[in-house]
Amino acid sequence: MIREALDDAGLTLADVDGICCSGIATGIAEYLDLRPTFVEGTFVGGSGFELHVEHAAAAIAAGLCEVVVGVYASTPRLDRRLGTTPASFGPMGPDMAAEWEAPYGAMVPMTSYALAADRHMTQFGTTAEQLAQIAVDTRRWAAMNPRARYQDPITVDDVLASPVVASPLHQLDCCLRTDGAGAYVLTTAERARDLRRPPAYVLGAATASDHWVISQMPDLTVTPGARSGPAAFAHAGITTDDVDVLEAYDSFTITALLHLEDLGFCAKGEGGAFVEDEKLGPGGSLPTNTNGGGLSYTHPGQYGIFLLAEAVRQLRGSAGERQVDGAEIAVAHGCGGVLSATATVVLGTEATL
Amino acid sequence: MTTRQEPRPSDEARPFWDATREQRFVLPWCTDCERALWYPRTTCPSCFGSAVEWRADAGRGTVYAASVHHRPGPGRDADDGPYAVVLVDLDAGVRIMSNVVGCPPEAVTAGMRVMVAWEPLSEGRNLPVFRPTPEDA
Repeated sequence: MIREALDDAGLTLADVDGICCSGIATGIAEYLDLRPTFVEGTFVGGSGFELHVEHAAAAIAAGLCEVVVGVYASTPRLDRRLGTTPASFGPMGPDMAAEWEAPYGAMVPMTSYALAADRHMTQFGTTAEQLAQIAVDTRRWAAMNPRARYQDPITVDDVLASPVVASPLHQLDCCLRTDGAGAYVLTTAERARDLRRPPAYVLGAATASDHWVISQMPDLTVTPGARSGPAAFAHAGITTDDVDVLEAYDSFTITALLHLEDLGFCAKGEGGAFVEDEKLGPGGSLPTNTNGGGLSYTHPGQYGIFLLAEAVRQLRGSAGERQVDGAEIAVAHGCGGVLSATATVVLGTEATL
Repeated sequence: MTTRQEPRPSDEARPFWDATREQRFVLPWCTDCERALWYPRTTCPSCFGSAVEWRADAGRGTVYAASVHHRPGPGRDADDGPYAVVLVDLDAGVRIMSNVVGCPPEAVTAGMRVMVAWEPLSEGRNLPVFRPTPEDA
């Protein structure tokens, strides 16, 4: 993937002086015989890639490095078929889940999201139908992505008829488990202008974290995105009205719904009513997860890099049939762990500078 | 007896697991700021003090969120059927993950009052779970 990303930019490994990955970045640098001056291997789950972009952009602005490559690859589907052990996520810190959650038959990460969905329903009256609408609209986008794993249309009734895995979440409220990989190149705006393809510009970015295991989440209806989202928007000098395309981490339907509220597209508790009119889907007023998302396109475990890739495609006008006309500002909002750490990146075309 | 994945005791929580041998439910308290803390740790997350002591607790609380698991999670046997995984807000002021037993899993909802109950583990330890308090059963 690094080769493809560098080819796309018209650069070579010799240009690279920074490396990001969700784990041991020095290992990747060694493998490629790089001698980077910027090494970023923070692991926060699936939102790591948005966090890496924030940190890499700051490092480039500070003159620590000039050309950074970020990468991800994971093959959980193949691993399951072959019975092999997937590569380790790296050092994880104390394993509180093994002592305090596993004995209760908790599934990682599904139990946490099911509890968050239950709490949202209890507190705000959100319905299973409203959550299902998110899966339906995301599948409509996937139908226009030839690489999406699931492309056949589904209905709200299909979602509700799919087996309940952990109430209130059905099978079709859950993301896929696929193999996948991605990479990006980040450099100065000045250098990016002369590269092979039109760049997307980082207009703002922010990270927030508040727990690791679900029992420590202060309020199951409010993610740290309520801090990283507004901070990134303020950094970029935009409001929600300026967002043409939203790529918001959808490990489960409830995950996407919480992002809509926490990023400020609707008030806390109103996410269910907000999505009812199909506004997230093709032709809607807030095109969301236009690649088909983790729900229908791909989800190899840490989905965040695919948010960035699709946001860039939309801003370049290279999203094919699913292209959102006139997309100038796209938001990639990652969410890792169990609603634990979010990182929000606001990207724009040259016209937005 | 329900099939379960055995908890792996941490050094910080040894007094907790020892107390479960006598089916005593204890919580770590910070004696500097007089707050219960959960999960057990050696420093208080409120004041960063290290004066942590174990105190007996009535083991009563209110379900904050609940999910009925129809697909068995790690360590669970499909033959044991669906089960309720919950977060309980203990009256002591901390939130803990657990199961609610003693009623149909689908009857477990947020707001239900619960009290601690015990299920046997290996080597004499017991696992704290919860059951509806009599007035809520």
